[in-house]
Amino acid sequence: MTVLLLAEQENGSLTKTTLQVLSATSCIRPLEDIELCFCEDLLAEDLARQLLNLVQSRTDNQAYTHIIAPANSLGKNVLARLSGLLDIAMISDVIAIQDDHIFRRPIYAGNAIQTVSSAERIKILTVRPSAFPIFSLDQHTVLKKQYLPAFLTNHPEKYTKTRLINITPINLKRPALSQAKIVVAGGRGLGSAENFTLLESLADCLHAAVGASRSAVEAGFISNDYQIGQTGKIIAPDIYIAIGISGAIQHTAGIKDSKTIIAINKDPQAPIFDIADYGLVGDLFQIIPEWIKLLNQKT
Amino acid sequence: MQKIKKELLAVLLEIKAKHKNYWMLLIFTANSQPVSKQEDKHPLTHMTKALVCIKRVIDHAVAIRVKSDKTGIETQNVKMSMNPFDAVALEATVQLKEKNLIQQITAVSIGCIDAQETLRHALALGADKAVLVHTDTAHEPLIIAKILQSMVQQEQPDLIVLGKQAIDDDCHQTGQILAGLLNYPQAVSVSAIHTLTTDQITVEQPVETGSQTLVLTLPAVITVDLSLAQPRYASLINIMQAKKKPLDKLTLSQDIIVDTTPRVNIIQTCEPLKRSIGKQLASIKELHQLIST
Repeated sequence: MTVLLLAEQENGSLTKTTLQVLSATSCIRPLEDIELCFCEDLLAEDLARQLLNLVQSRTDNQAYTHIIAPANSLGKNVLARLSGLLDIAMISDVIAIQDDHIFRRPIYAGNAIQTVSSAERIKILTVRPSAFPIFSLDQHTVLKKQYLPAFLTNHPEKYTKTRLINITPINLKRPALSQAKIVVAGGRGLGSAENFTLLESLADCLHAAVGASRSAVEAGFISNDYQIGQTGKIIAPDIYIAIGISGAIQHTAGIKDSKTIIAINKDPQAPIFDIADYGLVGDLFQIIPEWIKLLNQKT
Repeated sequence: MQKIKKELLAVLLEIKAKHKNYWMLLIFTANSQPVSKQEDKHPLTHMTKALVCIKRVIDHAVAIRVKSDKTGIETQNVKMSMNPFDAVALEATVQLKEKNLIQQITAVSIGCIDAQETLRHALALGADKAVLVHTDTAHEPLIIAKILQSMVQQEQPDLIVLGKQAIDDDCHQTGQILAGLLNYPQAVSVSAIHTLTTDQITVEQPVETGSQTLVLTLPAVITVDLSLAQPRYASLINIMQAKKKPLDKLTLSQDIIVDTTPRVNIIQTCEPLKRSIGKQLASIKELHQLIST
């Protein structure tokens, strides 16, 4: 009756994402029935094969009842492929767990919520980390762990149809978008890539991450690593500040779980004010510099 | 030597594609090297085929309505369109064809009879032929992937291109499941295609920590993200010409046999919880005070 959880760690501790997935998993099974699986392999093709072998090696009362991963690139790329190999229908982007076989997930960019049930012998799920709290793990709790070493590192002679020839890391001078407690995001209202630096100064004062709406990315103000929304990143910071963002459905889909949403826009009719907890109507080119001054005064 | 010939030929073919009246005389010297174990695709005779998978969905600009009986989403008299991610998939594939790296594009859609409209649009945008697998049920990704697997076994494409997700169910699974069923290499949410030869494709796959450059041996499955290409508009001439392009219709459970029993049961579809109405602030000072606490 074990649940396999695809976990990630950083500097010896479980990542925030993993702890959020652990919260979700603990709704299904107690901690002693959860097995964390750390994978070194970066290629979905090889990783899926390794997981397939692992799953098939566990039979009868040792068999996994659930395989759970975060709905990030690891989970999405690998688990779907694995589900094909196992001939099991998986469920993506779970935001609530009713019991061990009934789950809720968003559709139409979160404009509707589906409640689904699975009768599969192994329930395979990806979970939206931002929809769950960060599990408070007692430092004395020992969790079962599984390590899948990088297959290719140990068997370079094995034929593979996928080769990784380069990794380009994200250049992050600020906290990562999905991990930050405060996010300052800009939209088309910023007007230009140069004006985005104004936003970045504000973010620095607030120790916040920087994000952008799809309009801003498409207009070339900033790269799409910063894109928030249905087709970009889905985040749930403590404070989300939307500046010059109109609030299209596809954007708000990415921020709905934020604790507090603050919007600054010169258009009082902008849809963003419908979901913001606090709104300020005004010219962002006056508001931001004034705010930065106030923030610098404090320090 | 063979590699240099292939590269030279690729360049010449590119020139030929741009200047259609060029006459070219190509002389190949006899090659005494043994034939390699892997099928050596001769660039002149090999036809690289692509299969682009397209879904007809509620148009992205439509404000959807949840049915009051919680059985689903209202689709009657609602504007339908090609899934935006699939439009990008098709555009990227057409661009590869324009560079003569792909010689034939087949567009496939699995759905109701109206999906023929979406396929005609795909033909107008650059697909050479289209296939509708007719079914009136909305099947889950696993079943869709099995139907596509059957299509792939029939058509034998070198490259299978899909949008990374459909904007209705947001599952983000079909491409990966298909790759697993076929045991083909995969790349997901591809943001750039660097090169395509007769044997492999080099792409950029974004991940949380940055971006990976992957080389996939063909045949391969890729799913695409919006940033890969900007879909074009179909000109009137293209729309007229598309009427002459072949559009075949297959019926699920007659022409393609796949177990269509659903594995995931949809219990209900509801509206999401709404946030309570927010408060308007009067000044930046008020905002500053709010944040400071």
